[in-house]
Amino acid sequence: MAEIVLMRNFGRQDSHTLAGYRATGGYTAWEKAKGMEPAAITEEVKKSNLRGLGGAGFPTGMKWSFVPKTHTGPVYLVINADEGEPGTFKDRYLLERDPHALIEGMLITARAIRSAKGFVYIRGEYVQPWRIFSGAVKDAYDAGLLGNGFDIVVHRGAGAYICGEETGLLSSLEGKKGWPKIKPPFPAIKGAFGEPTVVNNVETIACVPPIINRGAEWFAGLGTKTQGGTRMYSVSGRVTKPGVYEDSCAVTLRQLIHDHAGGVSHTGKLKAVVPGGGSAAILTADEIDVAMDVDGLKAKGSMIGSAGVVVMDESVSIPEALLVLARFYAHESCGQCTPCRESTGWIYKMVHRIVDGHGRKDDLDTILDVAKRGGGTTICAFYDGAIGPYISYIEKFRGEFEALCRS
Amino acid sequence: MPKLTIDGKEIEVEAGTNLIEAARRLGIEVPHYCYHPGLSIAGQCRLCMVDIEKTPRPSIACNTQAADGMVVHTDTERVRDTRRSIMEFHLINHPLDCPVCDQAGECWLQIYYMKHGLYDPRMTDEKVHKPKAVPLGPHVMLDAERCILCSRCVRFCDEITGTGELGIFHRGDHSEIGLFPGRDLVNNYSGNVVDICPVGALTDRDFRFQVRVWYLDAARSICTGCARGCNIDVHVNRRRPHHAEGKRVARLKPRFNADVNAWWLCDVGRYHYDFVDAPTRLTAPVRRNNAGTAEIAWDEAVSGVAEALRRYSPDQVGVLASPRMANEDLLALRRVLEARAMRQVAYDVPPPALAEGDDFLLRSDRAPNRRGAELIGLGGDTGGLMASARAGRLKCLWVFHHDLLASGWPAADVRQALDRVETLIFTGTNANAISERAQWVLPAAAWVEREGTFTNFEGRVQRFRSAVEPLGQALPEWDLLGRIVAALGGTPAGGRAELWFRELVRTVPAFAGLSYQAIGDHGQLIPGATSAGAPTPPGRRVKVHG
Ligand SMILES: Cc1cc2nc3c(=O)[nH]c(=O)nc-3n(C[C@H](O)[C@H](O)[C@H](O)COP(=O)(O)O)c2cc1C
Ligand code: SF4
Ligand code: SF4
Repeated sequence: MAEIVLMRNFGRQDSHTLAGYRATGGYTAWEKAKGMEPAAITEEVKKSNLRGLGGAGFPTGMKWSFVPKTHTGPVYLVINADEGEPGTFKDRYLLERDPHALIEGMLITARAIRSAKGFVYIRGEYVQPWRIFSGAVKDAYDAGLLGNGFDIVVHRGAGAYICGEETGLLSSLEGKKGWPKIKPPFPAIKGAFGEPTVVNNVETIACVPPIINRGAEWFAGLGTKTQGGTRMYSVSGRVTKPGVYEDSCAVTLRQLIHDHAGGVSHTGKLKAVVPGGGSAAILTADEIDVAMDVDGLKAKGSMIGSAGVVVMDESVSIPEALLVLARFYAHESCGQCTPCRESTGWIYKMVHRIVDGHGRKDDLDTILDVAKRGGGTTICAFYDGAIGPYISYIEKFRGEFEALCRS
Repeated sequence: MPKLTIDGKEIEVEAGTNLIEAARRLGIEVPHYCYHPGLSIAGQCRLCMVDIEKTPRPSIACNTQAADGMVVHTDTERVRDTRRSIMEFHLINHPLDCPVCDQAGECWLQIYYMKHGLYDPRMTDEKVHKPKAVPLGPHVMLDAERCILCSRCVRFCDEITGTGELGIFHRGDHSEIGLFPGRDLVNNYSGNVVDICPVGALTDRDFRFQVRVWYLDAARSICTGCARGCNIDVHVNRRRPHHAEGKRVARLKPRFNADVNAWWLCDVGRYHYDFVDAPTRLTAPVRRNNAGTAEIAWDEAVSGVAEALRRYSPDQVGVLASPRMANEDLLALRRVLEARAMRQVAYDVPPPALAEGDDFLLRSDRAPNRRGAELIGLGGDTGGLMASARAGRLKCLWVFHHDLLASGWPAADVRQALDRVETLIFTGTNANAISERAQWVLPAAAWVEREGTFTNFEGRVQRFRSAVEPLGQALPEWDLLGRIVAALGGTPAGGRAELWFRELVRTVPAFAGLSYQAIGDHGQLIPGATSAGAPTPPGRRVKVHG
């Protein structure tokens, strides 16, 4: 098991306080970063192989380097704390138990991208994380850490999954309906309020202070060749010990289920696993010897996404599991682009009909065809996320669906 | 300037041109719903997909700018397949109520289904139901089930009028166009949302259920609602005269002109045509005397009026021309005046209340040709003319169009003037208090019943064409005035409007060098005039983020 980096303070009663954070070396990375050139910070993060932990796995240092160097107006840093991906609950732990790690990471990131203002967009349902994080922001202001060249605005969402998609988040932040924006332009060029903006996940930014403190090489060495560091896995479903576990990006799904989460519960027999949040393609019981990094899961036709691991034992009905997700996507599609707006509702109706006992065998081919036809045609990755489960659940467990259908 | 290849054809376009416009210039239509050249890019309908070489997936043409060396294919198997899918998605929840939909026949769902869809429907589940026949404002009706959520109307109210009445509410396939709480779709340009709606979701309450669009014919014309002279198409129903209670003009639609109105029309102008088919239309020349009121033939009316004009000395005759008359009419009137050396002419009758212009297209001057009347030399002292009439110095008064008793002048003064003239002549399209008491009534064809030109406030001369025949025996004013010129011994310019225009060009320096050909569909500025182009829409004058 890898060294615990992100959750190192979680055991302390006072981990959320400034004193507790300082007692374990907090804000020393910021002290160090203040002596570094912005470009040097970005370079260090590039070398660390840190990749976005919010879902897309984009190389973080590279994202920062897209901000135009010649821009004279404001540059914004926006933290995605919307944590809406089904099966994902790691960011809330960071916000509640180590809020200063995010603040320190934001200070360093802001220096790297020359930003004087950061926004933290917190999922509306996260009341306690919001309270605790806001308290930490206040303490950081009182201690002079904030307000001297960098300010943080805490903004609460109102409960829409699509506001976790970075441009939907920016629309919402701007006071508009949370509709994703067409790209180009990308946020790094024209983001919040029309200014260059870097959007990063909570956990991604919490990785920055350790990288600055202990060096890119150390961080890169914790993970795989193409992804550095450890990350927090949210493990839920049919396991003996559900929870958030930190381990290397190189850990396998089998290790997570068996070594961390205490193995499969209920029937004790594994049927399937969702490895990276609701939008990741499902894996069968014999596909779990896979490294949990971006490239490892990509090779298996799935994705690490937000590292939300949902375990299903033999007693779980896959069609019913798909129904839950299909309802979710139909409900959460922002409705802006035609393929997503129309297919998510249509597919939900078909899956519902099948689970309800009124399915026809040709429904399955229709679902697969409809899902595939919409792929890659939409404004944001929501729909590509939705078709991950539509296709994989049916293709890998077709017999289970057919058993529910009439001839 | 980037040079690119689309479907094997090379084209060079200005930097910033998107692929829909670049293809359009080559005569290639990339199908689309949400894109509109006058609005921001939404990229929502996903229909305008094209293949670009070295790009792994089809791209939306609306949000892709032409780049040097780009090779674009608009008709690959993959593009066709994608379009077919997008059409299916657009239609799965559509109610398919074409038989009772006003848009049928000009609906882009129908057109594109036939061109790019033609799949076998697979949707067997219950469709999403939404409100139907929801009035959004005085002019616009919403059918939310027919809506494809292209957001053009929403963007119009945000970006053009800046009034922001509309939004898209709810999410997913329950998304719905609607009004913000407490708002109605009330602004000077609300009718435009019907034009830009590509489907039958927004219909015009004035046009609903009046006539099927395939029975309509169109003629290029100019709005007569104000001095801007927005370019329009007049849609008329000649083929089903029993529909719409015999109304021939079905609707006015904007016609693009970058220098005047861009894509838009104001509601004042759009609905300013009721008078054409109103029961008050004058359809035959009338003589009114002690023996009574009689409809007469034109010959009799022309000789009667000519004789009346000859009976009086020129300074006993006053003429109130109208800024609603076309340039050709105004010249013909001038010839009538010249034939008798009459000098007491004016056109400026004060309106009962000063009309208001707005911050976009609509001008407070609600007449289409004040500039023309001035340039053709019919301007004079209206007040003085009326004072002479009141003083009994005028024996004959010839009024074009104006209802002097509904003007800004005190009715008592007008009545006094009318009581003192012996011969009152009226020329106009519709009956009013003046025509009711005139000894001679000469019925004029409405602008949609004839051709001619107006000169707008900037000095742009624009042509309007005939869409329907004149009602009854009504004649274009240049025609009836030409007949009077002949009766007075002069030589009319000819029996076509264009011949009068040529004479105008020849004899009035302000119009030197113009011609019907050069005016074309875009208009031509008179010598020395400059145009500021269509104004920046109010919604674009504030900086919007994002
Ligand atoms: C539908 C959808 C929902 C998303 N929700 C979240 C979320 O809740 N939290 C998050 O950090 N990223 C989310 N993302 C990913 C973001 O768009 C974006 O990639 C991420 O915030 C970038 O940060 P990172 O590079 O640090 O991961 C979502 C993406 C999609 C398409
Ligand atoms: S893909 Fe779906 S969620 Fe994303 S912008 Fe389009 S409609 Fe909205
Ligand atoms: S602005 Fe004037 S010319 Fe244009 S539509 Fe309105 S009334 Fe007609």
